[in-house]
Amino acid sequence: MDAISEQEAKGITRAEELAYQLKVSQAMTSEVKLVDPDMKMAEVLELLRLEHISGSPVVENGHLIGVISIEDLIRSMSLGELNSPVRNFMSPTVISVRSYDPLVKAIEAFMVQKVGRLPVLDETGKLVGIITKGDVTRGVLVALQRDIQEEEIRRYRASHLFEDIISDRTTLVLRYQIKAKDFNQGGTASSNIKRALLRLGANTQVARRCGIAIYEAEINLIIHTSYGGMIRVEIEPQAIIIIATDEGPGIEDINLALQPGFSTATEEIRELGFGAGMGLSNIMRCVDHLNLESTPGQGTRLEMKIFLLPEEILRQSATQE
Amino acid sequence: MEFKIKLVKEMKLSEIIEIIEGVSFIEGVNLERDIRGGCGADLMSDVLASVQPDAILLTGLCNPQVIRTAQMADVRAVVILRGKQPSPEMIDIAAREGIPLISCPYGMFEICGRLYQSGLPSFERDIP
Repeated sequence: MDAISEQEAKGITRAEELAYQLKVSQAMTSEVKLVDPDMKMAEVLELLRLEHISGSPVVENGHLIGVISIEDLIRSMSLGELNSPVRNFMSPTVISVRSYDPLVKAIEAFMVQKVGRLPVLDETGKLVGIITKGDVTRGVLVALQRDIQEEEIRRYRASHLFEDIISDRTTLVLRYQIKAKDFNQGGTASSNIKRALLRLGANTQVARRCGIAIYEAEINLIIHTSYGGMIRVEIEPQAIIIIATDEGPGIEDINLALQPGFSTATEEIRELGFGAGMGLSNIMRCVDHLNLESTPGQGTRLEMKIFLLPEEILRQSATQE
Repeated sequence: MEFKIKLVKEMKLSEIIEIIEGVSFIEGVNLERDIRGGCGADLMSDVLASVQPDAILLTGLCNPQVIRTAQMADVRAVVILRGKQPSPEMIDIAAREGIPLISCPYGMFEICGRLYQSGLPSFERDIP
């Protein structure tokens, strides 16, 4: 098979990916009813009816010599030849797949050869199963189901992290390095953090508030810093603390920077849809507590807190008063 | 006395695509998802500041940051206006995050008007 281009690779769905990952042996039916070439078509009719199958491999002296299917049976019935042997109506095997082939090989065969079922052979050429289009669909669906279960288990494990680990104070720390001027990667860190929070069992509103605050902070690091910066997220059972730090150039006038609409962004950045001077006020709206420190020429440290328990929010507002 | 009643309703994304004569770029996303309101802006900070969850975002901006913004703000679908073509990177991120990305040939005023008239409410939060 030809190698696929990167452009084509981007359009590949998970189901298609699975067609390459799964082996024929993972989707095939291995309990196969074999048919002798001298069996009568009438007996095949009974077999297909009783076993609820649509076809069977035909084997003579241990060798696969063909496949008999419901279509062949219909043909024999319409000719009134139910007493003829299978040999006269079977499709002689020209094509089969190997158990270790990727599933996509079977899919290609179905598309190209217009057959409904394929015998499956092992490395020694012995018949080990049969595969139909239905088996392929079922195999892919089962694998997709497993994907979903794994995601659920990851989520479950993550959300029990804090309950399972006993300590006086448990903190999960995530760190992300942000490059200056790298707009294409902008939002990658916040996207990963938001996903992590949801897996940890944060509710959608908290994940959204953190996502927006971290995204604005990330974009600020990309737009304004000389050497990029670092985002550190500390997750605790009662709060999420986000700290964005950089090493310059620093903010000249913090009060001015906090004013909605104030911006030092260039025209180029505005064309990208940023630099409206709303970043810090957006962050303030999303977090429960914000602290911004900066020394021109040295760097900036932005600390944001989101409290997860109602009593923490109350305590915080009491100490602020 | 005469009352004017404005009908407010949820719409399916597929209905919206029909109204705006849009083209979807992402295969395999659910176009039957419900959209509860709309938000129109070219500045992503405005979107982050004002949009409420489960809205459709209408924007003239066409870069990957639009998708990131949508993802952070729980936007249900993105419409790029004036027939702009998203880059492969943008389509890639949208596909990965499962956010429908639609292009439509008209401008902001026309599209906001069409959707509002069809009963889709504004999901832009009032300025405090």
